[in-house]
Amino acid sequence: MVHFSAEEKAAITSLWGKVNVEDAGGEALGRLLIVYPWTQRFFDSFGDLSTPDAVMSNAKVKAHGKKVLNSFSDGLKNLDNLKGTFAKLSELHCDKLHVDPENFKLLGNVLVCVLARHFGREFTPLAQAAYQKVVAGVANALAHKYH
Amino acid sequence: MALSGADRAAVRALWRKLGGNVGIYATEALERTFCSFPATKTYFPHFDLSPGSAQVKAHGQKVADALTTAVAHLDDLPGALSALGALHAHRLRVDPAHFQLLSHCLLVTLARHYPGDLAPAMHASLHKFLSHVTSALASRYG
Repeated sequence: MVHFSAEEKAAITSLWGKVNVEDAGGEALGRLLIVYPWTQRFFDSFGDLSTPDAVMSNAKVKAHGKKVLNSFSDGLKNLDNLKGTFAKLSELHCDKLHVDPENFKLLGNVLVCVLARHFGREFTPLAQAAYQKVVAGVANALAHKYH
Repeated sequence: MALSGADRAAVRALWRKLGGNVGIYATEALERTFCSFPATKTYFPHFDLSPGSAQVKAHGQKVADALTTAVAHLDDLPGALSALGALHAHRLRVDPAHFQLLSHCLLVTLARHYPGDLAPAMHASLHKFLSHVTSALASRYG
């Protein structure tokens, strides 16, 4: 189980408070679909994903990105129990959505890049390290119920 | 995913923009790698890894020079990086999975310093370039 120090939790929540979750979600999901194009396999119903511009302006991508990051946000309020928090979502991603859990790690790293872009100087190596722990913890929690 | 003409042009253009600062960014990428992925520090027990370390800075410059060589030889990365790959495989014996960690931290560093330049298409091209570099290095293993 991943353990967060008081300093890490403070760094995580203070930065997250300044994130526009809706925008960041759309951006992260969009970049995932562009940088790792095979991830588009889960989104056949989303319409035009043929170019980076098409992906980033796609309304369904933005909406789904918002959904994903709102969920991630919930996780940040329960850093001491990520497995419990994401148990139901883990079952859903395995049993209904059939998503390879490797994708959770890819999205986590894209999110870290989005945060770096947004926060610049404030996204210090220590802040990044705290967020790498978060995204790894969330990815593990989402994979936990796979069978 | 081969490097397209557009990928190559984008990477070359970004490298021109980075100019003489590649060393600074590679150093920061190393610092971020050590901070976020502490297992990578096990390869540097002989280094002072504290913030501002001269040894890390010198190593960052080495990494920068290798990447700049790679940018100049996008048509033959395995060839250009052959000696470096052999070094990492046979003498340094670095687990090649770690190359991806440094690549990720380099992307994070460039996103932090050049947010306006890391549009999604550039992000994709840079990621592909770094993947090709790590593949070229790893091809000398085994």
